[in-house]
Amino acid sequence: MAGASKAVADSRANLPFVYRQYSAEQLKQVLYKMYLIRRFEEGAEESYMRGLIHGTMHLSIGQEASAMGICMPLGEDDQITSTHRGHGHCIAKGAEVKRMFAEFFGKTTGYCKGRGGSMHIADVAKGNLGANGIVGGGIPIAVGAALSSKMMKTGKVVVSFFGDGANNEGAFHEALNMAAVWKLPVIFVCENNGYGMSTSTARSTAVKNIADRAAAYSMPGVIVNGNIFSEVAEASHKAVERARAGEGPTLIESKTYRHRGHSKSDRNRYRTKEEIEDWMSNRDPITLFENELREFGFIDGPGIEAIREAVAREIADGIEFAKVSPSPDVRETGNYVYTEQA
Amino acid sequence: MDAMVRELSYAQAIQEAMAVAMDMDERVFLMGEDIGVYGGAFQVTGDLVDRFGTERVIDTPISELGGAGVAVGAALTGMRPIFEFQFSDFATLAMEQIVNQAAKMRFMLGGEVSVPVVMRFPAGSGTGAAAQHSQSLEAWLGHVPGLKVIQPATPYDAKGMLLAAVADPDPVMIFEHKLLYKAKGPVPEGYYTVPIGKADIRREGRDLTIVATSIMVQKALDAAATLEAEGIDVEVVDLRTIRPMDRQTVVDSVKKTSRLMCVYEAVKTLGIGAEVSAMIAESEAFDYLDAPIVRLGGAETPIPYNPELEKATVPQVPDIITAARDLVKGVR
Ligand SMILES: Cc1ncc(C[n+]2csc(CCOP(=O)(O)OP(=O)(O)O)c2C)c(N)n1
Ligand SMILES: [Mg+2]
Repeated sequence: MAGASKAVADSRANLPFVYRQYSAEQLKQVLYKMYLIRRFEEGAEESYMRGLIHGTMHLSIGQEASAMGICMPLGEDDQITSTHRGHGHCIAKGAEVKRMFAEFFGKTTGYCKGRGGSMHIADVAKGNLGANGIVGGGIPIAVGAALSSKMMKTGKVVVSFFGDGANNEGAFHEALNMAAVWKLPVIFVCENNGYGMSTSTARSTAVKNIADRAAAYSMPGVIVNGNIFSEVAEASHKAVERARAGEGPTLIESKTYRHRGHSKSDRNRYRTKEEIEDWMSNRDPITLFENELREFGFIDGPGIEAIREAVAREIADGIEFAKVSPSPDVRETGNYVYTEQA
Repeated sequence: MDAMVRELSYAQAIQEAMAVAMDMDERVFLMGEDIGVYGGAFQVTGDLVDRFGTERVIDTPISELGGAGVAVGAALTGMRPIFEFQFSDFATLAMEQIVNQAAKMRFMLGGEVSVPVVMRFPAGSGTGAAAQHSQSLEAWLGHVPGLKVIQPATPYDAKGMLLAAVADPDPVMIFEHKLLYKAKGPVPEGYYTVPIGKADIRREGRDLTIVATSIMVQKALDAAATLEAEGIDVEVVDLRTIRPMDRQTVVDSVKKTSRLMCVYEAVKTLGIGAEVSAMIAESEAFDYLDAPIVRLGGAETPIPYNPELEKATVPQVPDIITAARDLVKGVR
């Protein structure tokens, strides 16, 4: 679905992948969505502090380019399975922030009708089969979805997002093996942010790169800088093509970083302030993308300002929508346990 | 000389028990996810890593099946591991090692070995953590011969029963309600044990026996205080151990009060309440019953995220009061 015309494409011949592949409008939309993810999570965090949201949440601030880059070549029919750190994936796959806020506020207008909350956020209509409270829980499910795609000949590609910590669950290994043996149209995306909660990959994982695991399952293992949108999108493109061509799965390791603590109860004692600050000030994915867009002439200062303002409005409207939405009736605790039958 | 008694939280009491056990016996060590520098998801291990080092406070990768199995293997061969699940829900990933291996090893090998492993499970709802982080699965493990399953309800019992578990030659599973971690109570310094397999009468009464587990013990006591003002005298039995169950204490209590109610957070059907009820129905206490037995348990649903729904799915103090009143006044 290349958006750039031939003439424009020629003039961009030396630019990184996405600038050759997509139109200026599409790229601006990517920036919009990266801001939308960031501001959504900031809004959720603030609402949590103010007691409007309960439970806990896992913020993906700092990982926006990874979610957007992976989802860029996916169509609406393609599917994803996501993780406890799944707000970005959900928005990148096309969810509306107002219904996400409504879910976090426990309202009936939320994507899971107030039953799931942050950790189970989903948007089945847009192909997001759900975040997951179980580390690694979504990986075999993605393989199952890919098996459906193959058996039903729907042509769908399935992406499974998971963290570096998840690569040490048995489910990861069992799932990759089956996907490879059966040449399924699935893409395994490890968002390696350096830590599973407090445990660094060096302390938890026998291989240096998660992508090295791919060799054990005879599939390509690709490492990308997860904070550079273009790099992620390019790797995702290739993996999607391979999957659609029936050549089987790919493992993409997207190296990134979470700016916030693991969840709302993290003392951050396992990493240094300097490390966090370095990632925030020197490798922020939104800043990096914005700088490239400007440098290559896709957007100017006022253009960026307009995006930020539009995002702020969408966030404010979304929170308002969530606030005024109705709560579920406590007499309906039994709903959705089983499928309603006429 | 009596040991000094302080007010400690339930979490501090468990931490102290682990420290006492590690000081006394160098075979005792801790394993689990993020129990080192992070201090555990609920700060139960806290700063123990600073005191005992990373050799004895081991952060595992996120590998519940493997981790639990490693603990079983170490226990089988001379060590005394205490394995922490980050949430009891993740026991589901380790069921193979718990149910097929730890529980049956001694039996299958004709008594040639034993598996003195302790596993700790932060359990229960009330934290807004939704369906996969809020379950009460103790009855699942309670169904497995070879395991011992306990649910201490106070800081005192949490420490004493953990020390009893470490001393026990067989696998002991400890379910700790997350909402109890901050609850405070008197805890003696140093070593003491509270026996596994013994219930505790937490309040004596004449009109009704409430058999409760874990967090429901305090709720039952709160309900009993309200009911006392109405002239209903409730006896509260804290079951403490669900396998092996203390039959005699419950039977004796029901013979005294002639009425039985079971209160527990786990899903109501096919659970602890069914076992306690059947135990009474099969016992000499049956003839003493003046009214049908009542069970108050969790709703037949996963735990929802919405806080109001979440509260509505597990018994609360007003539910216990109403049910007890109806039971004693013969409404049902
Ligand atoms: C099976 C299971 N074990 C443990 C947890 C608790 N937990 C939730 S997220 C997490 C860390 C996951 O790390 P990673 O996969 O790297 O994802 P990240 O949080 O870094 O995005 C842990 C230990 C869980 N939810 N499920
Ligand atoms: Mg991680």
